[in-house]
Amino acid sequence: MNRFENELNNGDFIVSECINCKQIVWPPSDFCNICHNITKWRNTDNIGIIIEFSKKNDEFFGLIEIEQNLRIMGKIITGKIPKINQKVILKKCSFNNTPKFIFETFTN
Amino acid sequence: MKKIGIAGYGSTKFSKNEIPIEELLVESTKQVFQTTSNLSQNLIDGVIVSTNDNSKYLGAIISERVGIKPKISHTIEHLCSSGTNAVISAFSYIAAGLADVILVTGGDVTGNPGQVLEWDQSRGELNHPIYWGSMFTKAHKRKFNTTEEELAIVSAKNHKQAMDNPNSYSHEPYTISQIMNSKIITDDLRMLDCSYPCSGSASILLASEDIIKKFTDTPIWISGIGQKTNSASFTKNDLTNLSSTISASKDAYVMADTNSSDIDVAEVHDAFSVCELMAVKDLGLTAEFSSTEFIRNLFNTGDRKINPRGGLIGAGHPLGATGISQIIEITQQLQNNAEKRQINNVKKGLIHNMSAAATSSTVLILES
Repeated sequence: MNRFENELNNGDFIVSECINCKQIVWPPSDFCNICHNITKWRNTDNIGIIIEFSKKNDEFFGLIEIEQNLRIMGKIITGKIPKINQKVILKKCSFNNTPKFIFETFTN
Repeated sequence: MKKIGIAGYGSTKFSKNEIPIEELLVESTKQVFQTTSNLSQNLIDGVIVSTNDNSKYLGAIISERVGIKPKISHTIEHLCSSGTNAVISAFSYIAAGLADVILVTGGDVTGNPGQVLEWDQSRGELNHPIYWGSMFTKAHKRKFNTTEEELAIVSAKNHKQAMDNPNSYSHEPYTISQIMNSKIITDDLRMLDCSYPCSGSASILLASEDIIKKFTDTPIWISGIGQKTNSASFTKNDLTNLSSTISASKDAYVMADTNSSDIDVAEVHDAFSVCELMAVKDLGLTAEFSSTEFIRNLFNTGDRKINPRGGLIGAGHPLGATGISQIIEITQQLQNNAEKRQINNVKKGLIHNMSAAATSSTVLILES
């Protein structure tokens, strides 16, 4: 596993950011896909918004935007039907062959 | 640049059967020999295989199996649009003068590994195509007020049209009601809104204008090609536009010196029902907010302009064969040889083939 995957397994979602142009490089990479300079790892605030969502069986899932240009798919824990642009927090992440992201809607 | 056209073709029936990839490819290749006049192995300069199968060295294996010793042989993999990508590679070899005649054979087996792109970590554990299909569908409902019935009409039309395609995987005339009540996959997808990744193979023979009349009196010319790859990651997509398709179609129309209003028939990549609604809009075949009415009108009037062979939903989706099968359908339409599926007075046809949630698209324009 690479560092990104190892950190996911530790419950930490980290992103790679270019040291030169400050862009988040997604998927994570050790170099920037714009200027090809090296990247550094950093945490995010784990807060995102719902771009779109649907439901399979009793579980909501959706496309979440964490920061600019960084969108990931994950399950959404919520007591109500989610809303577009609703804030969510990354409740849990892990890695087992694929990343696994579980978000939870804010109650307030 | 020399004109390059389609000189012959062959196809297996698409099915759920687990058939070894080599056998599938050989079967459609043999049909090309059986149905193309004056074709012999020594006239073929190249053999290009389109597949997502993990088998190695298939270009050489298929060549040996059917007795060809080509100058050029290799495999093209580009997920669901492997077929049209292989055809464009063949086109390019001929256009560059490196070959005059190339056989393109494509196929895949049910359960092939091309259905899931493991690399795309942005999909998380939700890496099956039903998840991006659900996102596209929900976003389409939200922006265009698309109803479940309007989605079901796409599937009903394509299943109905597939009944007249002898090679299609499905010959069931599903009603709109049956589709709307088919198994729930997600809140936004029913089972019959989804294409089925079955087994199948399709092959075509490409030739330069210098030699093509040796093989056929009715060559069909590839007049326009457009391609665009935006990313590999699904999550970089706009959910209501197939932006790679928009870009690819513009280039194809320019190359063919034509526009969308001149297209008489089109095979579009209906991986899910919503994809057909998006494709007809983004190819310019209908106005932005008219897709659902456009498809409803085709269904109600029995007009087969879009996906006459049944599309991926009706005919099945053996990934490496799909783009080639689409080309064969448009070729048959232009040759006035599509039997029950034939549309009147076809002069220009379009093929739309895409990969991995429309992160990449290919558009071809064919003319008689």
